Amino acid sequence: MTEMNMIQSLNSALDNALETDKNVVIFGEDVGYFGGVFRVTDGLQEKHGDHRVFDAPLAEGGIAAIAFGMGLNGLRPVAEIQFADYIFPAYDQIVNEIAKLRHRSGGEFSTPVTIRTPAGGGIKGGHHHSQSPESQFTHTPGLKVVYCSNPNNAKGLLTSSIECNDPVIFFEPKRCYRGPFYGDPHNVPTWKGHAKADVPEGHYAIPLEKADIVMEGDACTVIAWGAMVHVAEQGIRNSGINAELIDLQTLVPWDRDTIVNSVRKTGRCVIVHEAPKTSGFGAEMSASIQERCFWHLEAPIIRVTGWDTPFPHTTEWDYIPSPERIAEAIKKTQEA
Amino acid sequence: MSGNKEGALDTYTVPTAPFRPGDEADFGGSWKEQPGDLNRPDPIDCNSNDTYDHAHGLIRVLGDDNSASGDWNPDLDAEELIKGLELMMRLRIFDDRMIKMQRTGKLSFYMRSFGEEAIAIAQTMALDDTDWIFPSYRQPGAQFVRGRDMVSMICHCIGNTEDNIRGRQMPVHYSWKEGYFISISSPVGTQFSQAVGVAMASAYKGEDQATITWLGDGTSAQGDFHYGLNFASVFKPPVILNVVNNQWAISTHRNLATGGSNFAARGLAYDIPSLRVDGNDFLALYSVTKWARERARAGKGATYIEVYTYRAGAHSSSDDPSRYRPGDEFKCWPGGDPVDRLKNHLISIGAWSEEKNAELTEKIDSEVMAAYKEACKFGDLASGPYPPASTIFTEVYETVPWHVQEQREELGK
Repeated sequence: MTEMNMIQSLNSALDNALETDKNVVIFGEDVGYFGGVFRVTDGLQEKHGDHRVFDAPLAEGGIAAIAFGMGLNGLRPVAEIQFADYIFPAYDQIVNEIAKLRHRSGGEFSTPVTIRTPAGGGIKGGHHHSQSPESQFTHTPGLKVVYCSNPNNAKGLLTSSIECNDPVIFFEPKRCYRGPFYGDPHNVPTWKGHAKADVPEGHYAIPLEKADIVMEGDACTVIAWGAMVHVAEQGIRNSGINAELIDLQTLVPWDRDTIVNSVRKTGRCVIVHEAPKTSGFGAEMSASIQERCFWHLEAPIIRVTGWDTPFPHTTEWDYIPSPERIAEAIKKTQEA
Repeated sequence: MSGNKEGALDTYTVPTAPFRPGDEADFGGSWKEQPGDLNRPDPIDCNSNDTYDHAHGLIRVLGDDNSASGDWNPDLDAEELIKGLELMMRLRIFDDRMIKMQRTGKLSFYMRSFGEEAIAIAQTMALDDTDWIFPSYRQPGAQFVRGRDMVSMICHCIGNTEDNIRGRQMPVHYSWKEGYFISISSPVGTQFSQAVGVAMASAYKGEDQATITWLGDGTSAQGDFHYGLNFASVFKPPVILNVVNNQWAISTHRNLATGGSNFAARGLAYDIPSLRVDGNDFLALYSVTKWARERARAGKGATYIEVYTYRAGAHSSSDDPSRYRPGDEFKCWPGGDPVDRLKNHLISIGAWSEEKNAELTEKIDSEVMAAYKEACKFGDLASGPYPPASTIFTEVYETVPWHVQEQREELGK
């Protein structure tokens, strides 16, 4: 085990993938010589060569397209979209092409593309460097959607995503690259000393489709992903209620058994995400949970989410779900 | 035309087609460009500037007198030419049978290659057998070159129990991995940029394997056209990028795809050697593709080709071109009929005759008919059987995830 921040652990996962599989290639805007605007691919081109780690023209649609082509011809491409906000020029290639190739070709072709992309707010990025577009992809059959939240699961999940023969959209909460985020912009901890900053060197994979029970409790199930896992942890502490915190980790396919067992145990549920509320993945979770747990529920399921507005710049702390809003929601589930 | 204010200055232009129903189409009779006009640059040493004339002119081999001449003459022997003719005839007869099936309710939809048969046939014949074919919906003819069983193709078009893609896509959206023929998708142009990635992977693996792809003049307005050319220009993989300028994208004339009239010269701006070829000239198509393949083999990167042709038929079985263009427009096309032109050339060199042609037509016709009857044994569109409903849920992912499995159980089939 080595203590790493999330940038280091993602870098370690990519480095290991390049070492263990000669068919892995990495590309995207600024990922080569420079090592990425967030430094996630730092040093990889120098170590593995410019045919394996390279800069791409500034065209997300083209990046996704060549990933599609490389993947169907035997490679295992890992493409970076520099900000999730910029993934939309690639949307057709991802949704109509990458996601559907296996099915549309009767299984003759498939393309094991991984698309990594930093998402979420908290860096004063305004509405085009802060969005959380996961539900734009959870609605597309054929894609797996993964969201890491700490250095340990970042490496483990990215390794599994690259090794997965299905295409994966891999979201990285950019606010948590260098430290967990507890919802207080004035408190900027690093990953130093955090239990989840211990990351194995070498090959390290943790299974997709499994959620992580971060804190056990029996009074309410709180489901979150990405940076919101840490904000929810703070919210639970603030509430003083013995809630169970679950880091969903994989959104599609989500971990039915862990979620259902927890909600049946607690009878209460709060879902937290940064993305806007309407048609957010919390809506899917909420509907699915009530279908499966209705007779165990003691209170309505509550969603604490970003607002149904564009993501703001200077007022972002009033946009992102806060520990206070989460604590309020958890308390409300106890009233029933 | 003015906008909504009478007499106001209105300086933008909305192009229209040169000829509309009721007009007499006139493309100037015959090509002014002749075989022999253009030299054949060394494919290995040339750069994009060396192809300036080739991008602005028209590469021809078959003259109006049916003879083959010029630097681009590939000097194919009669046997190869007869094979090319036979394959084009097979594609046309196959298409005619399929459109009849569609008209009688045996297929949901169909798209012919009518008037463009030479493109996929000649270009695929010029490639190695393991080169990747990444087609649009107008190049199914490549499968005939590589020997795909017609029964299998028809089963796909019907979407019956033997459809290798299990009734999941509309007819003509073939996938045939054994023939290095990559699955066709409906969103136009996506294959163009993807093909660059396919070619990069071949190069990465150190294989002498080229990738060829096509899109249409209308589709060249898509971002994927630009992505493909630009990524090919930057990374220089072994890819052959073709824009088939057949004048029409359903009812949209090619003058809405570009403000100019030339598609080949666009490649020069990307610093890619670019050629413009008569798309109804089997020999010229074969020759330019061989040239591009030589460049790929030598590690010289991409070649871009405008295939200049005319969509003689409707866009698809759902289209009625008499609504937007003169019905006989294709008969006025100076490029003529690609099948007739190769046939006439073969006759002119004494290697073929009308009698042999009639015999071959009859033979192919009966083979297509037999294939059609055989295919219908595995199910027809009206009454099935179709692939089992369970195939809706398979191959979405490598293994069926729990939520998809639950939905399959809900369907109960």
